Amino acid sequence: MKGPTEKTMDKKAWEKKFRDSGLREADFSTISGRLLEPLYDWDDLADLNLKKELAYPGEYPYTRGVHPSMYRGRLWTMRQFAGMGTPQQTNQRYKFLLEKGQTGLSVAFDNPTLYGWDSDHALSIGEVGRTGVAVDTMEDMEILFDEIPLDKVSTSMTINAPASWIFAMFLANAEKRHIPFAVLRGTLQNDILKEYIAQKEWIFPPEPHLRLITDLMAFCADHVPQWNTISISGYHIREAGSTAAQELAFTLADGFAYVEHALRAGLDIDDFAPRLSFFFNAHLDFFEEIAKLRAARRIWARHMKERFKAKNPRSWLCRFHVQTAGCSLTAQQPELNIVRTALEALAGVLGGCQSLHTNSMDEALALPSEKAVEIALRTQQVIAFESGAANVIDPLGGSYFVEKLTSELEEEAERYFRKIEEHGGVVPAIEKGFFQREITRAAYEYQMALSRKRKISVGVNEFVNEDERLEIPLLEIDESVEKDQVRRLEEVRKRRDNGAVRAKLGALEKAASGTANLTPFLLDCARVYATLGEISAALISVFGEYQEQPFF
Amino acid sequence: MAEKKIKIIIAKPGLDGHDRGAKVVARALVEAGMEVVYLGLRQTPESIVNAALEEDADVVGLSILSGAHMTHFKRVKELMDKNGLGDRLLTGGGIIPTKDQDKLKDLGVGKVFGPGDDLQSIVDYIRTWRSSQGA
Repeated sequence: MKGPTEKTMDKKAWEKKFRDSGLREADFSTISGRLLEPLYDWDDLADLNLKKELAYPGEYPYTRGVHPSMYRGRLWTMRQFAGMGTPQQTNQRYKFLLEKGQTGLSVAFDNPTLYGWDSDHALSIGEVGRTGVAVDTMEDMEILFDEIPLDKVSTSMTINAPASWIFAMFLANAEKRHIPFAVLRGTLQNDILKEYIAQKEWIFPPEPHLRLITDLMAFCADHVPQWNTISISGYHIREAGSTAAQELAFTLADGFAYVEHALRAGLDIDDFAPRLSFFFNAHLDFFEEIAKLRAARRIWARHMKERFKAKNPRSWLCRFHVQTAGCSLTAQQPELNIVRTALEALAGVLGGCQSLHTNSMDEALALPSEKAVEIALRTQQVIAFESGAANVIDPLGGSYFVEKLTSELEEEAERYFRKIEEHGGVVPAIEKGFFQREITRAAYEYQMALSRKRKISVGVNEFVNEDERLEIPLLEIDESVEKDQVRRLEEVRKRRDNGAVRAKLGALEKAASGTANLTPFLLDCARVYATLGEISAALISVFGEYQEQPFF
Repeated sequence: MAEKKIKIIIAKPGLDGHDRGAKVVARALVEAGMEVVYLGLRQTPESIVNAALEEDADVVGLSILSGAHMTHFKRVKELMDKNGLGDRLLTGGGIIPTKDQDKLKDLGVGKVFGPGDDLQSIVDYIRTWRSSQGA
């Protein structure tokens, strides 16, 4: 890269002036602790072949975006993650959001559902409908999506351990409504590896979970071709306290592990890879986050093309959803969270996301109220329609700083890939606690940086309002939710054909002991209103359960 | 003679998998010279109180970000009282609205911490509680 000539610029002279200027006593590293230069210039990019590293949007290696037209063609999907209480209540929230201009749905399930347990399981007590919506049988899916045009609105479902049988209920409901599988669009999170690493909601040991994922990829390639079968997620890894580089590296390493598993099962890479999607966090450190998202596209494309030899360019694309960082929200002066979220969302947009969730200001306190959710959605609309950020593709491309950071993050991710290989791959590294330890250490270091005020959190460790009184309304989940949900579950159990349920569960169990694709068997169970917990139990009887060794 | 170390059980009751806070607090308490037994995820009130009995813990700390705090704190407190641990401190943290914090206090639960609370304030709180016990 050519810069101005020596005659016109003297870097050494500037460096001297800079040092002599009297510098603030502050920490100038990123939120991940990355040391930064005070200034970046052409020298930082001297070793980069920018034309090759960047190319054009929609061109390999996709640093500048996955589509040739990016937001000039179509804005990102504004997709707010929502779910609480009963399926009826959540259905109301979806209708509210669609009416306010949201363009896609995203289902949050409650904890019992995420573990594959029924609402009347002994350990579900107190948890039903608390952090999402409870789904026990296909009937709950019928209520959840009542009057919502599933052939027109795309639906994302954040579910992992029991993803295949929740999806079976979703499909069975579509079938009942005469909506062909082929027109269904959406995403199943279905990313079990990050559960072991960060989110901690698993059922079986890794191998049977990976089989279920590969089975679903094969089934969808044939029957639900527009569905993203997995959303390989860094979001939870980051929320658990990782650095930006760890989020990037661990997520993509998980992605490679899924690819390898599917290849070992005999799938053709170009049959399933185009339906792999990703999910990243947008944290507060603006430029580092943008660089991370750009690096993710480049790394994925390179590995898919060069290492896994995918031929279809769609297999090379790292398409991703972004959510602003829940862990950056503060309970103190919660209105400030609107500002934090806006900055993070802008980073997601400048990083070229395909869909975006903006957190609500009250989420360090409770599930979001309608008012808070509306502001969060409106924040995206301000970015899309007022800020001008969507006018130009990859507007920070070519920035000395952002390009240098993008390359640094790519290099750091590659170093992590080598470390993971040294542990024998992702699953052995999980079993040894490698990821968990890396994340726990990073989380502790950040907390200490806050404690020592090396990092500032406005309203928390600096600029504190001592006599603060909370002035925003909070959503409350009524205790009647659990009773209602359990009562309806009992009614379904009475009403359905229990002979058929036993037969289908038996067939599933038998199939699980063999090697058949389990998705059709799960679909059969869903059709006869087998419950989530019954299906889990049938599979546990074959696959067993997983326990983690606790450490800190 | 060195004072006996304060012994703390830290646990995640119920189904909540958010263990970042529990682990960070556990580590901070160890660095402050306390003894921490971290039970990990998916603990039941019974398993937590059994551990407290076995370890003869001074303090039980629960971390709950799932909204199920009223159920779990109440049950753990009942079991602690029933098993002769009524004089031990039950504390914790998570996403717990102020209104519920007051209700927990009425149940005999100590201070519960939330997002943004300084690690040192947790250490100080436990030390102050201990010295108020005259130990």
